[in-house]
Amino acid sequence: MRVLASEFLKVTTTRMWWLLAIIMFAYLAFIAGGLAALFGFTIANPDAAAATGASAPSLGDMPLAPLVYSFATSMGYVFAVIIGVLAVTGEFRHRTLTATFLATPQRTTVLGAKLLAQLPIGAGFGVIAFLASVGAGAAMLAVFGLDTMLDQSDTWAMIGRGILAMALWAAIGAALGSVVPNQVAAIVIVLAFTQFVEPLLRLATSFSDATAAIGKFLPGSASDSLVGASFYALATPGGAGEMLVWWQGGLVLLGIAVVLAVIGGATSWRRDVS
Amino acid sequence: MTGGIPIEVSGLGKRFGQVAAVDDLSFTVRPGVVTGFLGPNGAGKTTTLRMLLGLVRADSGTATFGGTPYAKLERPLETVGAALDASFHPGRTGRDHLRVYATAAGLPRQRIDAVLEQVGMSEYAGRRVGGYSLGMRQRLSLATALLGDPGVLVLDEPINGLDPEGIRWIRGFLQQLAADGRTVLISSHLLSEVQQSVDEVVIIARGKLMRTGTLASLELDRAPRTIVDSPDRPALAAALGAAGLAYAEGRNGFIVDEPEPGRVGHAAFVGGVELSELHRMKSELEDAFLALVGEGEG
Repeated sequence: MRVLASEFLKVTTTRMWWLLAIIMFAYLAFIAGGLAALFGFTIANPDAAAATGASAPSLGDMPLAPLVYSFATSMGYVFAVIIGVLAVTGEFRHRTLTATFLATPQRTTVLGAKLLAQLPIGAGFGVIAFLASVGAGAAMLAVFGLDTMLDQSDTWAMIGRGILAMALWAAIGAALGSVVPNQVAAIVIVLAFTQFVEPLLRLATSFSDATAAIGKFLPGSASDSLVGASFYALATPGGAGEMLVWWQGGLVLLGIAVVLAVIGGATSWRRDVS
Repeated sequence: MTGGIPIEVSGLGKRFGQVAAVDDLSFTVRPGVVTGFLGPNGAGKTTTLRMLLGLVRADSGTATFGGTPYAKLERPLETVGAALDASFHPGRTGRDHLRVYATAAGLPRQRIDAVLEQVGMSEYAGRRVGGYSLGMRQRLSLATALLGDPGVLVLDEPINGLDPEGIRWIRGFLQQLAADGRTVLISSHLLSEVQQSVDEVVIIARGKLMRTGTLASLELDRAPRTIVDSPDRPALAAALGAAGLAYAEGRNGFIVDEPEPGRVGHAAFVGGVELSELHRMKSELEDAFLALVGEGEG
């Protein structure tokens, strides 16, 4: 418990968490607000949109509001991962592992506490992310007279699951940091995987049923299953057909965090600190 | 304070590839005195201290605090305080740095103000460490070591980076810690740096133990010598030879194997040689140290 409190304090006594939170808030408010406005405009004015060459995007039977709100996780999760990565790689970079292991020589306890301490921090990022996406998104939907769905318990349940997903993503970040202690390398891996590799894999696996069965276990896909809505479902041909049940998605994320932490705990975390 | 307990190192060894960084090292550090852990750069001092503190795994041997390895200590920060490389997160304030580790060790918050006061850093505690001078980092590092009011202190190069006022301060401070009955081990690559602070020495070179004992016993290793010089060096050499004194020619004159400058002066007087320099050789201790670690002229 003391170690957990110490790990939590390590994050809150530096400036990085709120710098990242501000960037994330601005980014998500812009994306969610902007897309809500675009969709809202084309749906509310199909004739005008057609005249400019744009057509109303097909949403299938998916309501627009949860889709816009879910940008908090589908685009915002990378921020939670990075705050988690920094919590571990920062100790290597600033050579503070010495002081950390002097205070708590049980290294496995420290790594476990780091992962657990990231859960409330990731959840906090989740709250801020939804403040941005729901705040800007709902405002734009209201402007175009579309349903914000904020009076429905399903919407709030989705937001709750989204906050849980962000908590798990931050823990995954910390676990990844223990596998790749080099801060720059870890961040490059996070950005390359989340922004490039995984979206391509999700697209590629969605073309056949056999690969789609594998693709649904990709971390971002599992996260979207947990949250229950994502614009990726629109962007992929298979649509929302191949998705895990929400709690399965949560377990996949938890499993990734645990497996990475076990690998990191057995490798870089055990090495000599000099 | 938990009371000073001895540091016991026995048969400690560590290899980095083909190099034996620490080789079958054994020594004991007792409470109540300041012990200097000395050796040239690369002698294996830091590796030894890191093995002692469980940060680096030893290939062989043991290092304990009163029989218990660091990793097995019940309350590590309250038993052993260590200051190794003065590394901090630059974005954290000095006080927050101490808060993080006081929290991890479950220490009361009053300890933070107490140690800041002890090392004279209260005034800078609210600043981010990124803006600290090397001397301020050293003091914060020392404050971290003192957080748990431990009976044992292990400090790696604590004098490095301090200004003259800071050096005077830390000398008195270390002596006081030892006078309280604590075990105090400080490393340095310069004997002269710690000469005035330490009572005992553990000297290593190339990973091996060269010498342990009191500072005084080190001094007895080598009889003091005399430095003498003359505008007419050949005449002086002849006079010294005539008096049966062994000597070596150095940059600043002759180094004579004779502790009493008066006898050297007499030899010159007998030979009718004018002298420009005649005194007892200083820093014999540093000489003895350099001879031990194989860097001196022998």
